[in-house]
Amino acid sequence: MRYAMAVDTRKCVGCSDCVVACQTENNVPIGYCRDWVVEVVDGTYPQLELEIRSERCNHCDNSPCVRCCPTGASHIEEGGFVIVTHEKCIGCGACIASCPYDARYPHPDGYVDKCTFCLHRVKKGQLPACVATCPTKCMYFGDLDDPSSPVSKVLKTRKFKTLIPEAGTKPELYFLI
Amino acid sequence: MGSRRQFLKTSALGLGGLSIGLSAFKYVSDFSSLEKGKAELKINLSRTPTYCEICFWKCAGWVYKREDGSIWKITGNDEDQHSNGRFCPRGTGGVGTYNDSDRLKTPLIRTGERGEHKFREASWEEALDLIAEKMKSIASVHGPESVALLNHGSGGKYFGDLLKAYGSTNIAAPSYAQCRGPREVAFINTFGEAVESPERTDIRDTRCLVLIGSHIGENMHNGQVQEMSDAIDKGATIITVDPRFSVVASKSKFWLPIKPATDLALLLSWINVLVTENWIDKDYVEKNTYGYDLLKDHVKSMTPEWAYGITGIHPDIIRKTAKEMYNASPAVIVHPGRHVTWYGDDTQRLRTVAILNAILGSWGRRGGFYNPATFAVPTYPHPPFPTPKTTWRDAFPDQFHLADESVSSKICDATIPSEVRNFSFKAWIVYGTNLIMTFPDQSKTIEAIKHLDLMVVIDTMPMEITSWADVVLPECTYLERYDSIRTGPHRKPAIALRMPAFEPKNNTKPAYWMAREIGVRLGLAQFFPFEKLEDYLDWQLKKLGSSLEEMQRIGVKTFEREADDLYFQPGEHHEFSTPTGKIELYSTAFLDEGFDPLPVYTAHPEPPSGFYRLNYGRAPMHTFSRTSNNPNLNDLMDENTLWVNPKVAKEWGLKKAQEIWLKNQDGKISNFPIKVRITERIRWDSVYMVHGFGHATKQLSRTYGKGISDTEMITNVMLDPIMGGTGMRGNFVTFLTEKPEEVAS
Amino acid sequence: MREELITSGRMNVAIDPQLHIWAWEIPFYLFLGGLAAGILFFAALYTLIGKEKEFPSAIEKTPLIVPFLLIIGLGALFLDLNHKLYFWRLYTSINLQSPMSWGAWVLMVVTPVSIIWAALHVKKTFVNWKWPFAWLDVLEVFFSRYKRILAWIMIIYSLILGIYTGILFSAFNARPLWNTSILGPLFLTSGLSTGAAINILMARTQHERHSFSRIDLMLIGIELFLIVHIFMGFLASTQVQIDAAKLFLGGPYTAPFWILVVFFGMVLPGILEFLELKNFKIPIFIPAVLVIVGGLLFRFIWTFAGQSSRWLY
Repeated sequence: MRYAMAVDTRKCVGCSDCVVACQTENNVPIGYCRDWVVEVVDGTYPQLELEIRSERCNHCDNSPCVRCCPTGASHIEEGGFVIVTHEKCIGCGACIASCPYDARYPHPDGYVDKCTFCLHRVKKGQLPACVATCPTKCMYFGDLDDPSSPVSKVLKTRKFKTLIPEAGTKPELYFLI
Repeated sequence: MGSRRQFLKTSALGLGGLSIGLSAFKYVSDFSSLEKGKAELKINLSRTPTYCEICFWKCAGWVYKREDGSIWKITGNDEDQHSNGRFCPRGTGGVGTYNDSDRLKTPLIRTGERGEHKFREASWEEALDLIAEKMKSIASVHGPESVALLNHGSGGKYFGDLLKAYGSTNIAAPSYAQCRGPREVAFINTFGEAVESPERTDIRDTRCLVLIGSHIGENMHNGQVQEMSDAIDKGATIITVDPRFSVVASKSKFWLPIKPATDLALLLSWINVLVTENWIDKDYVEKNTYGYDLLKDHVKSMTPEWAYGITGIHPDIIRKTAKEMYNASPAVIVHPGRHVTWYGDDTQRLRTVAILNAILGSWGRRGGFYNPATFAVPTYPHPPFPTPKTTWRDAFPDQFHLADESVSSKICDATIPSEVRNFSFKAWIVYGTNLIMTFPDQSKTIEAIKHLDLMVVIDTMPMEITSWADVVLPECTYLERYDSIRTGPHRKPAIALRMPAFEPKNNTKPAYWMAREIGVRLGLAQFFPFEKLEDYLDWQLKKLGSSLEEMQRIGVKTFEREADDLYFQPGEHHEFSTPTGKIELYSTAFLDEGFDPLPVYTAHPEPPSGFYRLNYGRAPMHTFSRTSNNPNLNDLMDENTLWVNPKVAKEWGLKKAQEIWLKNQDGKISNFPIKVRITERIRWDSVYMVHGFGHATKQLSRTYGKGISDTEMITNVMLDPIMGGTGMRGNFVTFLTEKPEEVAS
Repeated sequence: MREELITSGRMNVAIDPQLHIWAWEIPFYLFLGGLAAGILFFAALYTLIGKEKEFPSAIEKTPLIVPFLLIIGLGALFLDLNHKLYFWRLYTSINLQSPMSWGAWVLMVVTPVSIIWAALHVKKTFVNWKWPFAWLDVLEVFFSRYKRILAWIMIIYSLILGIYTGILFSAFNARPLWNTSILGPLFLTSGLSTGAAINILMARTQHERHSFSRIDLMLIGIELFLIVHIFMGFLASTQVQIDAAKLFLGGPYTAPFWILVVFFGMVLPGILEFLELKNFKIPIFIPAVLVIVGGLLFRFIWTFAGQSSRWLY
């Protein structure tokens, strides 16, 4: 069981619905965000290209954040979810410094917070809040070990990339290009 | 002719005219068994249904609360055609409208001068008594027709009913003359029907979507963005015509980086290519249209080569894109856009769009424009409205006959006394629209306001317009009230319920209550027979075969169409609501009014040296100026930036995120500075900013002073003579890198 | 031209506009840890090779301050935590892949050991010292029998303490500036150098002073060698590493690093120590203080510069 997410950059319009849906679903305090939207513009007018990506924690297979956690608060749950156990976190910030995607942040309540792939929703058979709300339906989520899941299907038929694969983290957030 | 159009329009908007006639038999029996019903408010604590008020799309959804009763999240209703269960960022961020600490809390009565924002808190009694008293005295001296309602939002309906009962039909939505008006008039005078809201575009099944300046994706009309995504999945071609590299331009097969203000030439040259090559839906054109030969003759000289010189778009591209449209026909949409008040010849430009659609055969066809169905919700019987002696049209006797709705900006103009007119408006009721940021030429708006005897503003937030009010009435947000049953036109007729998830916060009240209370004080209680709106809704819903209780459970109820007429059936004959009964490529009504029956290109003024055309647009996380203070949405975008081409930035020595002030061609200087975004996405002859920032009201604590308001820089208004639209894209700005002394602090 | 921007208004505290999760607490602790490691190392080394008579200060006097250094260091670490009440979780698990976990457990060993060592030798400096409780006298007698074993523990753990401060940083591949295996040895050498420097200050005999001068000179030489190699390594590596190196080769940290840390903290004291050894009259405390301050600044600069080196945005 290995959960992953794919974002179709051809359909994403950068509306940031994923950001505010995650904020309300997960009670993320105002001023913080677990996911964000990046816009990349290449070229010179009028030969231009635009890529828009909705980014978040990649729930990496080779996650440096889990490796460096001194208390074991950062751990991997079944299915590949990288989760922080709040009561074990001492707020040392090592995991924050260790993430090349800058996906983690110190929550005002003291522990370190980040995207959880809405594990609490997945357990109930629902999609993560960002995937469920995206108006362009450009986000796919599911079990990579299940060939009929939306994300397996879309990764079979489309070209995709991950961010900074050379960092060696083996991210599980794919961008369809 | 005009009254037939009006009749169809009214019933299409479902305001019950048709149903009153049909329910004539039931009238007597209902009146005798006057059972208003006590609808019990059963608020399901886990989720309550609502439809969003943040923009006009009115997506239906659910409001969720946490265990402690605080608001948790808002999601879409899966049964809703408008949202398909997915809300846009503003709808999702609606939790912020409830939580915003800067909300208006209690009625306010002005103590200082208008504009100073000096108020004292007052009770509802005092505020409403004051308004009623003034309305009575204005009616006795100047007539009730001198009171106008300017509105945008669900509650405006009740103030509209109030005004109609009071004796005035001067009710205008700025979204007409400041936004979609030209396209409605253009389409009505071509197809006999307007484009409507939500737009009747069949994007999800289209094979070619042509956008003239439309920036779907940055403008977040939920259904349109969703359907465009479906279209992309199905491999549809998108052709975007825009001087700016918009998000949708980046997803288009063809992006035509057109020179600003020259779109009409491109559109005419497309018609030229289509008629020359006979790339038209011949059958459709022959059976349904009028004036094809006149059209063909008219566009003879408007070749792609001619257009190239004007627009900068290469003739090959013009021909290629025309072919794309023809290949997709009739599943092609030349999108009419929505905010189309650009240069003053906008109705004619939209006529060209309508003509293109007509000859490609897309009107009433799958993948083109579908025929929307709506719901006629019964109105509770009341005495007939009095007939007003005058309307705003009497202030402009020879103009705007083709405007099918009231022209808000002309009501504003007619508030400034003039020898040419024998009457002017004396009172404004402003509901849910921040006129200071809506009407271009702010100085004229302010001058008009100064001449009013009464200015009432109803709003949820202390927007700029509230500073100018005599009385501010704080409305509770859509999350705290009932409102009319939503019957928006769509593929299938459907109704949606808005019910409160919370009690009104602080001392706020819903618009229905306010309007009724004023009505009671004016002796118009019989026009508001239900004290509680939910009882009225229950009465209406029971007449439709549902009930308040059912709608509270399900939120949305969709019905089947009465006939299989979503699209025109092949072989069917259609009568269009035009003078000739056909789709008028050549507009006979325009001819009668002295306007060009076929559109003609005119060049528009270009920016002088050192100036750049001010273009503005939307961001998907904001709706005009009304969301910039919303904590959740402000978190996403808290200010606008000025997009400047790198070549221009280099010339001026501008650095990334540098703060500059703007000065326009009339010498108007911006209140606040704006940060520069140096980007290749904008042409060197224009600059771009998102509308809705630059708030000058300190009470909007989060957004005060952030960015620039494009409205304040729009002092040159290009009037559309056909329907009174205010063209706003004829303003040019230059940069001031040092803080100017004349800037108001 | 490439334009890359975050359009959803991300401005997470301590992450944006650039990472600043660690302020003064961490580099301060790293310095104290390195200094403590250096002091304990020399104390243990000279005990084990039987040179107690030659290096009395190094073995008996200087280690007296180590418990205080470590406790202050631990205090700084505690202040750095965002979830302070849960600090004890550090001691409910050992994570071998986490240098921070090593550090927590190493300190668990080193701190009591340094306290014992200091207790064993306190009477050499404070002659009239009397233990307030009788059982402390018993413990003193007990531990003085196991002094060699203590020394072995100390020498091993002080090396781990010294090197782990560098490995702590070098394990973060997300910060290209830190992600070099030379950083561990470099921090260790720096720690030993500061230890030697403080021994110079505390030494009573000329012989001890000069010995540590010579040792420090050698350590400074190794440091400079390692620094050159760090930068050579970066410049021959991937783009993110090259960008990280550029922070010090023309970027905002160029002057502070090369002038304050390398020149005033290493080269100048090295020259002064060399001259002193050649019998020029140079107050010995000058190079020693320069080395110690240089070590502190080194860690501060490296912590802040590392947080501004990144892979994305």
